[in-house]
Amino acid sequence: MAEVEYSWPEQADTQLIGKRVSRLDGMEKSSGTAKYTYDINLPKQLIVRALGCPHAHCRVTAVDTSAAEKVPGVVLVHHLKAPQPGDEPVEIRADGTLLVAVAAESEAAAAEGVSKLKVTYEMLPSFVADHDLEAAERADRTKRAGGGIELDEALGEPGDDDDEEEWEEEKIQELFEGSEFVVEGEYGIDAITHCCLEPHGSTVHWEGNKLKVNLSTQNVSRTDDGFADALQITADEVDVHCEYIGGGFGSKFKPDYWGIAAAEMSKKTGRPIKFLLTRDQELKIAGNRPSGFINVKLGADKDGVVQVWDSHHWGTSGFNGSTVSVGNFPYVYRPKNWRRRATGIITDNEPSVAWRAPNHPQACALTQTAYDDLAAKMGVSSLDIFLRNLAHIDSPEKAPIYAEQLKIGADLINWQDHWHAHGKGAAKGSVVHGLGIGIHKWGGTANSSNCLLKIHPDGGVESYCGTQDLGTGTRTVCAMVLAETLGVPLEAVQVHIGSSTYPFSGASGGSTTVGAVSESHRRAGQQAIAQIFGLVAAKLNVPADSLTAAGGKISVDGNSDKSMSWKQACSLIGIQPLEVTSTYKRGSDSPLSSSNVGGCQMAHVAVDTDTGQVRIQKMVAVQEMGLIINRKTAESQVYGAMIMSIAAALFEQRINDPQSGLFMNNELDSYRLPRLGDIGELVVHLHEPESERARGVIGLGEPPAISGAAAISNAVCNALGVRVPTLPLTPKRVLDAIRSAKG
Amino acid sequence: MGLLMSKRTSSGVSRRGFLKGSSAAVAATSVANSSTAEAIEPGVQVVTGETSISVTVNGRPMKATVEPRTTLLEVLRYQFELTGAKPVSVDGSSGASTVLVDGKPVMASTTLALSVADKEITTCESLADDSIPKAFVEHDAQQCGFCTPGFVVAVRAFLNRHPNATEEQIRTGLNGNICRCGTYANVLQAAISLVKGN
Repeated sequence: MAEVEYSWPEQADTQLIGKRVSRLDGMEKSSGTAKYTYDINLPKQLIVRALGCPHAHCRVTAVDTSAAEKVPGVVLVHHLKAPQPGDEPVEIRADGTLLVAVAAESEAAAAEGVSKLKVTYEMLPSFVADHDLEAAERADRTKRAGGGIELDEALGEPGDDDDEEEWEEEKIQELFEGSEFVVEGEYGIDAITHCCLEPHGSTVHWEGNKLKVNLSTQNVSRTDDGFADALQITADEVDVHCEYIGGGFGSKFKPDYWGIAAAEMSKKTGRPIKFLLTRDQELKIAGNRPSGFINVKLGADKDGVVQVWDSHHWGTSGFNGSTVSVGNFPYVYRPKNWRRRATGIITDNEPSVAWRAPNHPQACALTQTAYDDLAAKMGVSSLDIFLRNLAHIDSPEKAPIYAEQLKIGADLINWQDHWHAHGKGAAKGSVVHGLGIGIHKWGGTANSSNCLLKIHPDGGVESYCGTQDLGTGTRTVCAMVLAETLGVPLEAVQVHIGSSTYPFSGASGGSTTVGAVSESHRRAGQQAIAQIFGLVAAKLNVPADSLTAAGGKISVDGNSDKSMSWKQACSLIGIQPLEVTSTYKRGSDSPLSSSNVGGCQMAHVAVDTDTGQVRIQKMVAVQEMGLIINRKTAESQVYGAMIMSIAAALFEQRINDPQSGLFMNNELDSYRLPRLGDIGELVVHLHEPESERARGVIGLGEPPAISGAAAISNAVCNALGVRVPTLPLTPKRVLDAIRSAKG
Repeated sequence: MGLLMSKRTSSGVSRRGFLKGSSAAVAATSVANSSTAEAIEPGVQVVTGETSISVTVNGRPMKATVEPRTTLLEVLRYQFELTGAKPVSVDGSSGASTVLVDGKPVMASTTLALSVADKEITTCESLADDSIPKAFVEHDAQQCGFCTPGFVVAVRAFLNRHPNATEEQIRTGLNGNICRCGTYANVLQAAISLVKGN
């Protein structure tokens, strides 16, 4: 058989790809019948509640479980991050760290058991002032987090006798002296939490020596090894299952210590264990995004093109003491001369984990606010500054794409009509309006993925792939790709995902999944259809390359008179199903997928200078993503990402008490997220020139979640003529900025 | 009919009184069949331990065994296997556990089971043939879907009261539910299409 040449059909020839298709599991989700990990109740299961440490930094010296064990309904008390009798004390570095778990016949009995635990603590000093670099230095809570410098070759090289750093400092200062405009600013963005609506957790049971795990996970194919390592069994003895997941956003890749504990507790009791975190635990310990604060100085020429960038940023990723990755500064824009430095701050918080587009939203907000302040200083249009500075970006080949996107965005938000210089708009009562921009980039390389495709002699089609659908529409993408490739209706394809017993598919993180499953399913489909074409060609005595599959038929030269139905064609397979297993390895060259996209977002806000409240009037997203599989769910991704940007820009923040370090806003009334009434008008423009489509599939989850926050901050600054330096732009911060500007 | 507690909630039963411990007083009619109910003043009974209540769920008469501290959400999810209503926030601030009690939306997570004895409960599962889930699918008003059942019930309750709601009314009337994935724009479109009868 000739080797299959993988490719996508031309846009004009597609039946499904690129069209608007409703997600296949939509009705299950909308009618409440979709079963998430939290919804799986096993016969005789025990329910676990755990005691979270009530201190940010302490030693747990002893635990008395006797009263908890006597609570009616309590079956097992299990130590997590707490010492067993006779053990050394355990140091705790984050409020909410799980100390002891109680398994009981009901949620209420487990919670009552937790309330009866007696724990002895030895208090230790806590530090959570991640924004305060000086205080962190005084408290010896800082750590170098990298840095670097690049100077234009034209500036020459330090001489043999020069001290390199002194020479660089001199050159940087000369560049600022030669700049027409210099902007100095301080900007910040608070830590936020993943706050998955389905908390982290699992329902587990053992079948003999085999562990069966229903896990709320973004990593169906590869959490088995984490369980196996911890439990000293082998990965083949662990099956992980996740049909539906209630949010992950980068925080659900591992079994987590409470998942391992669930397996241990199930082993001890011989009963299924359901162990999901409570809401406050989900907020405190199940995932957060690092904060970032920056001192920036930039110098520009008379046209507002930045010639030199000099920054020092800091922030915290929790008690491991890192910050937003220094390599992302300055973000997208990359003048010829730059120097950057980062300091990590060690706070008594749970370590951060990946958050949708790790590092990018913070780097974008901390960079492009400074660029916008340049426009403010010059009194020119932010759009002009963002366009002119495309002369110096980190991927110069992307400049024309960004320029086109900025023009599309400007049209969609009526830039011409609404623009005014910063702080120069007409107020209506106490309300002023403003416009702002952000631009972003993302890789989105397809992850590794395998697909087992079975075509039955009766025409039935089923596929198996150990991927997962986070709500992005993966399941539907798998079906669309196969149905398109085989020329059968969407509903003819039975897609199976969400089990580690299926062929391996990579974790869903970093916008890698649509690329991954498009690769594996297209390959499997093309391999299978090539075999079926071979059978049909022999039967009809025509060349195989004259055959096409569409509309449930295999046709000769696209001629429906000379065709064979799908069912008839499949009957040629014989008595065994035709089985194909396809493989795609991340990073291998492929005509089906690629990486690296750009996008821009613009915001139009109204700010009430009496109350400090910011309202989104309109937001526009212009986003490229290569070839689109499902237009409907692709747009949903972008809408969702914009709303997440509104969340981070205006609402959500982790609030720690400065003295005790405690996590203060641990419910959904106090951990504020936008509601339906907070989103204004959202416009999504999928940017798909033919040149981009030809690049194949590129992931879309992360990129539109990056620059919205910068755009909103810039719009607020444009409205007020005053920078509110730190995100989220809460009413208090807005009012403080207005007052301090008035002096 | 008297209540022992001074603080009443809209359901007529004090949540605080129930949550204090494993005993509570409720209106006698709610626990007429309870073997553990104990009268302490005329018309008032103290309930301790487990008791049985009758409710109508999605049109079917059901019985549940509850303690005074048991929430409606626990009964639905663990005794009736109706897991559409979700445990997202203990304080009801997410709206994910929205169900209808006698036609009115309540948060099942902040409703004690005893307070709904003999009442009619409608959950998302019974709306499968309603126009709301179909509109949610058509407008892709769901991503991970964990908040979706609560949102669907909230939209049903809202449109029951405001069948001709304007877009502005929809934007101000559906703020009791949180979606972390950010499907609000799609929920808005779904609700608008329902008003238009599309």
